Amino acid sequence: MTNEFWSFIFGRLTWDVLPLHEPIVVITFVVVAIGGLAVLGALTYFKLWGYLWKEWFTSVDHKKVGIMYMVLGIVMLLRGFADALMMRLQQAIAFNGSEGYLNAHHYDQLFSVHGVIMIFFVAMPLITGFMNYVVPLQIGARDVSFPFLNNFSFWMTAGGAVLVMMSLFVGEFAQTGWLAFPPLSGIEHSPASGVDYYIWALQVAGVGTTLSGVNLIATIIKMRAPGMSLMKMPVFTWTSLCTNVLIVASFPILTAVLTLLALDRYVGTNFFTSDFGGSPMMYINLIWIWGHPEVYILILPCFGIFSEVASTFSSKRLFGYTSMVYATVVITVLSYLVWLHHFFTMGSGASVNSFFGITTMIISIPTGAKIFNWLFTMYKGQIRFELPMMWLIAFMLTFTIGGMTGVLLAVPPADFVLHNSLFLVAHFHNVIIGGVLFGIFAGINYWWPKAFGYKLNEFWGKISFWLWNVGFWLAFGPLYVLGLMGVTRRLRTFDDPSLQIWFIIAGIGALVIAGGIGAMLIQFAVSILGKNKEWDTTGDPWNGRTLEWATSSPPPQYNFAFTPVIHDNDAWADMKNRHAQRPTKGFMEIHMPRNTATGIVLAGLSVVLGFALIWYMWWLAILSFVALIGAAIIHTFNYDRDYYIPVEAVAEVEDTRTRLLSGAR
Amino acid sequence: MSSNATTAEGDAPQFYELVPHHHAPHGSTQIGFWIYLMSDCLIFASLFAIYGVLGGNFAAGPSPVHLFNLQLVAVSTGALLLSSITYGFAMLDMDEGKKTGTLVWLVITGLLGAVFLGLTLYEFYHMIHEGAVPQRSAFLSAFFVLVGTHALHVTFGILWLVTLLVQIGAKGLIPANKIRVQCLSMFWHFLDVIWIGVFTVVYLMGMLR
Repeated sequence: MTNEFWSFIFGRLTWDVLPLHEPIVVITFVVVAIGGLAVLGALTYFKLWGYLWKEWFTSVDHKKVGIMYMVLGIVMLLRGFADALMMRLQQAIAFNGSEGYLNAHHYDQLFSVHGVIMIFFVAMPLITGFMNYVVPLQIGARDVSFPFLNNFSFWMTAGGAVLVMMSLFVGEFAQTGWLAFPPLSGIEHSPASGVDYYIWALQVAGVGTTLSGVNLIATIIKMRAPGMSLMKMPVFTWTSLCTNVLIVASFPILTAVLTLLALDRYVGTNFFTSDFGGSPMMYINLIWIWGHPEVYILILPCFGIFSEVASTFSSKRLFGYTSMVYATVVITVLSYLVWLHHFFTMGSGASVNSFFGITTMIISIPTGAKIFNWLFTMYKGQIRFELPMMWLIAFMLTFTIGGMTGVLLAVPPADFVLHNSLFLVAHFHNVIIGGVLFGIFAGINYWWPKAFGYKLNEFWGKISFWLWNVGFWLAFGPLYVLGLMGVTRRLRTFDDPSLQIWFIIAGIGALVIAGGIGAMLIQFAVSILGKNKEWDTTGDPWNGRTLEWATSSPPPQYNFAFTPVIHDNDAWADMKNRHAQRPTKGFMEIHMPRNTATGIVLAGLSVVLGFALIWYMWWLAILSFVALIGAAIIHTFNYDRDYYIPVEAVAEVEDTRTRLLSGAR
Repeated sequence: MSSNATTAEGDAPQFYELVPHHHAPHGSTQIGFWIYLMSDCLIFASLFAIYGVLGGNFAAGPSPVHLFNLQLVAVSTGALLLSSITYGFAMLDMDEGKKTGTLVWLVITGLLGAVFLGLTLYEFYHMIHEGAVPQRSAFLSAFFVLVGTHALHVTFGILWLVTLLVQIGAKGLIPANKIRVQCLSMFWHFLDVIWIGVFTVVYLMGMLR
């Protein structure tokens, strides 16, 4: 009776699922708990809760939402990187009969969670953060089309991250690799909570990602300043548009396929099972139809960042704007026609493989065109080697090599030799770190002064830059070598002692990267706390070319007191060339959206729903689902969603800027 | 360096909009909702793909010929298609500012939707009763999830419709409510289009299998 009662209340959540037998996890928990308590204590001591709640958590300002995305991405980067370090250490020592320090159960979770976190909760929040922050400014808008939805999307993404973090201490994470292929991820082979954490974390975050994609497409289509035709949009906005089209066109497939996997696990349907007519290959096809566009979702905005950086720091117009736009669109379309190259070896036959091999190789053509456009932008430019420019050059060198190993893997016969090997692992880290992450670092250094009003510290930025670059090649060069020697991925122990030296070098590389991350954190801290800040009073610290530099740093809540009118695709450079006069009077009240707590409430309920489903607490699942729908409906009864910033307030902010501008000259 | 820099003297271009252009309220809502519908459409596309691949895997269990009752499906299809027309009448009345007419047509639309939903649930009950449960074969899994996802959408459509009835009743046909009626209209017609696909691919072609 009591047993039945408790299992009704807690489902399959018992004391046994707490990983108390794993000393590493327990110590991690203690450290995280102490750190977490310290942060919570500090927030309470300095009475910051009200400020955070009013000014940030419930804010619908696209700039604040963007910054919250960035913070989430950086925090999760630390978690994902800690997992990477642990794997490197394990592989460096598990030789000559040694089992290393991680058991198989723990190690398998590590490589799964590392991939999930790095893609969904590091790369995605960081690029979404940039798109949120920069796109409305670049198109001269005051916010996104649906400001509340934007806040809600962020909290759903954060909710997914919360579920993944929970799996570290309550239960376990999937041991299936980052895409959880069935039948391994089926209930028969993975009966514990791991795959369920995977499913519900991604479903919760996926809602946020899809809606933020819808939001940004609508924003770019409907909210551009007068005169900004599509072919006058800044390249970053173009790449954001294409990325969000990809998001809206691919994330629903992930949602569908994960729902079906969940039904297989919860209800016993036969979509991806090996009997009763189910087909695991169907899962693998569908998830890669999402998965391949996903890598372009990540890289396209970074191409956009690099385009902005290249033209700004070469002090000239981007070379080949039109070809850049078309290359982006071509990549967008082609990214749907290559998914099968992720499983050439899984029996599609020669003709199908040839088709997908050729489409894959074709993608390198528009990508190559972009590389040449950046090079020609630099050619005869007045290049300033500021940090974003350094990241651009590092990116071009690193990414080109990563791209070439990708073209190599696109050849099906070569892939039959190299698939599932460390060569593949080295390849995709080569393009994701060398492309996406370097792009994000360029973007952080480039737009930080816009967001906070002062430049980042250059000394620590350069240290971080060099440690990242050296560390990257030390960590992944050996993996190329090992892959060519035939070492497969996801191995925990090794028999051949001659391989160890390569893994030790890779481990040292990972430590150097750790130094790079540390230097970046120091760079942030020194810049934020430092007394001698390089204040940006003009709003245009880099002599920029696009509209985000036309307003103050940080921009006022409403971005632009008067909407700019666009005559050229380097709108701000054009305005400066022709001495456009910023209006200093005649301000009007400005219509703005009101903050709301609904987003954080709905996302919180979603996390509870996910947790209840993971642990089979059916009553809680039903309760939280009903509450979720109820809260959403209640929100629709709130018609009072906007307000006007009075003229006096606008005038005060703008007069301050006028004073600063005249003082700066 | 700018090609536009040669603008004629004295004809200085305007760089700031000193008189704000009028932003239609909810100006992005329709396109935003339409984009959302396209993302929803892709969920259905995935389910159709699944049904297309797995729909013939009966695993020695029942097949469409044994299970489907086309007369019943004809009635439910009729109810759903009719509900699209009645929604259209609601939209016409709304455009003319007739609150009562809008409400009445919306209620009729909702009732027709409920008839459709009831018939779908009856069909499910009937099939489960005969042992044709979703767990029985990949075909049945794909069938229940495709038709069930559509039915779930209709359920949420009805829930939304009831909410809107209350809101129109309380606030009248204000712009904020009008745009909601327009969005629900898109949603409702979208579900009709999906159902035509389901009707054709699952039921008609299923009977031919």
